[in-house]
Order: sequence, then C-alpha cells, then structure tokens
Amino acid sequence: MISITKTKQLTLIQAITDGMRTMLNEKEEVVVLGEDVGKNGGVFRATDGLQEEFGEKRVFDTPLSESGIIGSSIGMAINGLLPVAEIQFLGFIYPAYEQIMTHATRMRYRTKGAFTVPLVIRAPYGAGVRAPEIHSDSMEALFTHMPGIKVVCPSNPHDAKGLLISAIEDPDPVLFLEPLRLYRAVRGDVPEEKYEIEIGKGKYLREGDDATVIAWGAMVPIAMKAAEQAAEKGITCDVIDLRTLYPIDKAIIAESVQKTGRCVVVHEAPATGGLGNDIISIVNDTSFLYMKSPIERVTGADVHVPFWALEEHNIPTPARVLDAIHKVINF
Amino acid sequence: MKRDIQEEFPMVQIMGQNGEIIDKSYLNQIDQTLALQFYRQLICMRAFDQKAINLQRQGRIGTYPGFEGQEAAQVGSALALDEDDWMLPTYRDHAASITFGKSYTILSAWNGRVEGNLPPEGKNILPPSVPIATQLPLAAGIAMANKYKNSSQAVIAYFGDGATSEGDFHEGLNFASVFQAPVVFFNQNNQYAISTPIWKQMNSKTIAQKSIAYEIPGIRIDGNDIFAAYFETKKALERARNGEGPSLIEAVTWRYGAHTTADDPTKYRNQKEENEKHRQNDPITRLERFMKAHGFWDETVAEQLKEEVKEEIDGAVKGLETMPPADVNDIFDYMFEKPTWPIEQQKEEYINHLRGVR
Repeated sequence: MISITKTKQLTLIQAITDGMRTMLNEKEEVVVLGEDVGKNGGVFRATDGLQEEFGEKRVFDTPLSESGIIGSSIGMAINGLLPVAEIQFLGFIYPAYEQIMTHATRMRYRTKGAFTVPLVIRAPYGAGVRAPEIHSDSMEALFTHMPGIKVVCPSNPHDAKGLLISAIEDPDPVLFLEPLRLYRAVRGDVPEEKYEIEIGKGKYLREGDDATVIAWGAMVPIAMKAAEQAAEKGITCDVIDLRTLYPIDKAIIAESVQKTGRCVVVHEAPATGGLGNDIISIVNDTSFLYMKSPIERVTGADVHVPFWALEEHNIPTPARVLDAIHKVINF
Repeated sequence: MKRDIQEEFPMVQIMGQNGEIIDKSYLNQIDQTLALQFYRQLICMRAFDQKAINLQRQGRIGTYPGFEGQEAAQVGSALALDEDDWMLPTYRDHAASITFGKSYTILSAWNGRVEGNLPPEGKNILPPSVPIATQLPLAAGIAMANKYKNSSQAVIAYFGDGATSEGDFHEGLNFASVFQAPVVFFNQNNQYAISTPIWKQMNSKTIAQKSIAYEIPGIRIDGNDIFAAYFETKKALERARNGEGPSLIEAVTWRYGAHTTADDPTKYRNQKEENEKHRQNDPITRLERFMKAHGFWDETVAEQLKEEVKEEIDGAVKGLETMPPADVNDIFDYMFEKPTWPIEQQKEEYINHLRGVR
C-alpha cells in the first residue's frame, strides 16, 4: 500500500503555527501562553487563530512579565501540563533568565527526576529586519552554556514544524529559537500530519569536497549563497544546517570535515564564547589530523547588535563567508 | 483621605501572649487533642532545629539555616493543608516541610546530599527554594495547572520578608491574581533578611497591604500564635479550593538565631536584648500557657512527649548518618531523561579516571 503524505505550502511562521495546532489537537495537556498570543495571535502572528480554535483555556494571554511567564510555565510543567511559552523577542528573555537557570534546568537534577519540566520556550531571535534596540539579539550561547536545556533553531518550514513537535514531546526544557528574518522569507512543503525532526541531528543542505560550511537559523541562506558562489568558481562545499545547538550533532560535523579537511562556521552572535568555539572543539576532538587548514569563523563582533542603520555591517554576509571559504582553501 | 493601614491590616491574634483566647469564636474548635498535636509538633521541630545546629557545630553537617522562633507559623500553616496539597518551602521552612511530609530526609540536604531534596513518598513538596522569591511564580503555575485540571488541590508557597523586594514576588502574585489561581502565599516576616531589618527593606507598614495591589485578600497575623497560623491558613486554603483565588498571609515572627550557622547576628543587632524581649512571646511558651489555663496541660504527658520527640530526632540523625555514601553517577544521570552525548562522554571519561584507566 502506498501512503501519500499530504503537504501544504507554508512559510516558516505558518509551519510553527501548524506545529502548535498539531500538538494542541494531539494532547490535552498542551497550553500556549505569552504576551499577546491570544486574540492578537502574537506580534508576529505565530499563534494566529489558535485561541479561536482551541479556546481561552488552552491558548491565553499573560501579563507583560517574562519571569512570570516562564516561572508559571515551570510550575504548570511540574504539575502535568505541557506549556509552550512565547517570549516576544529573545532580547526580552533576560528577566526570565533566573527562572530558566535556577528552576527549569535544575528541577530534574535536584530531585533526581521526582519533578521534571517538560517546557518549550519559543523566541524569535536575530537581526536584519530593522527592528528597534534589543529586538535583534542572538544570544543562543547563553543557553547552550546552561546545563539542562536543549536549544533548537530551524531554518525552514519543514524543520520548524517537526522540531517544534519534537520539542513539545521532549520530557525536558527546550528553547526553540525562531529566525525572525526568515519568518516569511521562505515557503516550503510541510506535511499536514504529525512528524518529528530528531533533536540533536544536523542536516546536509549541499554536498561538496573542498570545505564544510556550518550554519543555523537565519545564517543558513547566507551560507548557501556563499557555497553557490564558490561552486561557480569550481569550489564545492558541504553545507550543514546544524538545526540543534545543544546537543550539537557531533557525527555529522566529524563526517564532513574528515572528508573536506576544511571548515567555516557562520553565526551572527558575538565571537567570544560563541557556539563557533564549541564547533571548533568538536573538530579538534574528532578530526584534528584530518584538517588541512585552521577553521575560520564568520560571526558578529564582540559588540551588541548595532542600531539598525548599521546592523548589516555586523551580520555575516555571503561575501564574508566566501572570503572565509577562500581563506581555508588557500591556507 | 489618608488610609489607616494598621486599621485595615490589624495583627490577627486568636491567642494572646499569655495564652488567653482573644477570639472566643474559636473556642469550640480547639480541644485538647488539637492543642496536644500542636504542642508535640512545636517542641519536636524546635528539638530538630537545635539538634541540626549542634550537628553543624560538631562538623557532622554543613551550613544550616535555623528557624527557631518561627515554629508556630510553619507548623500551624502546614497542619492546615490537605494531604495532597502542594507545598513550596524555602531553605528556612523545614518545620513546615517536615510537619507536612512526615519525613526528615531534608536534613541530608545540609550534608550535601541531593536525597534531601526528594519529596517524601506521595507528597507534593518541592525542594527548598534557594534563590529568593523565584518559587512564587512556580506556585502560581502549579495552582494554574490545578485549576486547568479541575483538581481540588491547593498550593502553599513560603517566603520571607526580604523576598517581597524581589520582582518575582510581584510577578508571582500578579499571575495568581490575574488567573485566580488556588494558592496561598505565606509570608514569614521574621523582620530580618540576614542583617537587613524590615524598615530598611520596605517603606510600607505591613507586607499584608501589598495584597491591595493585586485585589486579593491580605491578612496580617501574629505568627507566634499557632491558632492564628492554623485557622487563617485553613480559611485561605478554603477560599482557594472554592475558586476564590489566591491569598497573602503575613505571619509576623522572629528568628532567635543567625541567618545560617555561617552568620553572626551580634554584628547587626543586640541579640541578648532583642531575644529577651521576644522570648516573652515564644510560640511554645504561649501554647503552654494556653493549655495550662484551659486544663489541657498534663505534666506527665508533657514529659512523655519530650522523650518521644527526642527519640524521633535521634532516629532522624541516625537515618542521616547511616545513609549509603553518595553515588558519583548522580553527578551525570539526572540532567535530562536521556543524557546528551557530551554528558555521556564526560561521565565515561571521569569514571575511567576514577578507576585509574589510562
């Protein structure tokens, strides 16, 4: 018997909505909460129509109170619910940092599993849409450094729905980062049914022999563009969409760099303490003797996201990534 | 018109300093059985606290935060709970959690053991909250889930006077108020946050008045009056169960001792003078006076209880000191339901290192 998967053409943000809808239908314990997520459907419309469809008990507005949103979500998760909490922008999550660090990520550890926190925190992140100050932060490494929380970051509609469903099904806290500049930039086929993308698994988007380019979220199209431009000059690259930022897919990185011997990491977050360093460590641990040149990082500087008149200068561009590809090849 | 806060939030007393019953309407609810139950638990918790401090002095446990003086607030409120209610204690609320959980495992937490954080079988007691006030939004959330599930379970969350200065106090109370969550916020105002006295903590006259901002009932009680602690908590829990939302209780009390065994209160207050004054108002002495005045006192029974309590505490210490050694696997095994590869790898490397594998 042939089963035909029905698909829909969705944008990344529609796929996120679809992921929440799927899980709201699937499990009575799922609740969606956050600032303006109800009638307004979220400031980006990620929860558009969900309150109408599932009622105010399941999809509800909260006070403007990030620590309250995450703190109460932790309480709900401890007591049997599966909260999906929206933080309006990643740059607004800092008041909730203490709740995540001292309770969400620690409750299983400090009770040997007697209490657990199956919580999903959704947050749009990243620069490039000319947003006001603080609306463009990309501080994923603050959370990958935190023990006890998984961090995922899709770059396309198909992965967005699958990863969100996996995050909601996960028995531990998951931070789900949404590249806001890609919300409506891409459309893709998304299965109507429930499916999961395994947390901890990256994906090849392009295969080549000369260098490995690693990116996630909003940097994926930039890495792809650079790889296309390199190909025009006869340089072929593996492009890996990391998809999960903790735990990182070590196997895919090792496999690729052992083939290419060269590696470029792209992220928009500041370089120091950034995830690029963890990727370099993985290459070091698994593939040191395979490497033909030092690894290049194309990242934001150790500065805050600039005012938007200058923000493009601090976001990696295809040209900068292409330069890095040339550098690892011409070493 | 200026409002009179002290008139709006009077200190509720059922029993006065000399053990006299001030609010006679409670007389038919207080019998010898109840008084004896309270008395036994109060002396038991005091004995526990004194024992824990001695253990620390002898190097048999680590730093310990004493609660002597606050027994009535904690025992009274804990005994008001239903068996399946939820409790969120802080690090100074062991009289509450031991009374409710009927277990002394918490003592081991002060000996560096994670086992001390585990809830007693079948009990919804969260591990003591160490960061200040952060448990209050959690309490609101647990109560919101109870409401979602149409459960009759209520929630009690403990916190101190210093916690009312934290943002999470306000975020927690606001959430509970907005969602009308079945939770009792039980404040013990022992008048000092380490060395900072209440008058430097806030410019308000009471903590109870902060309830006005959230349109929830706020009650100020004499926290050394176990009847006030018990009956006012019962009423607040009943409101919670009846769908009437959260309450804030301020129990005014006093800690005789240091913030923790690592603290020296003589640096910031006149311990001798202050404690002499507060001993007049001791929660145990007051109950004793009440029992004597009402013919509930029996010297032989009191002696028996003392012996019984001593045995119970000795048993708790024995339990602590006969625990199997801590398991090094616990370092790695409870971060996630399934460990991530970095944790698996780190565990393997470290265990091999311990075994001398090179």
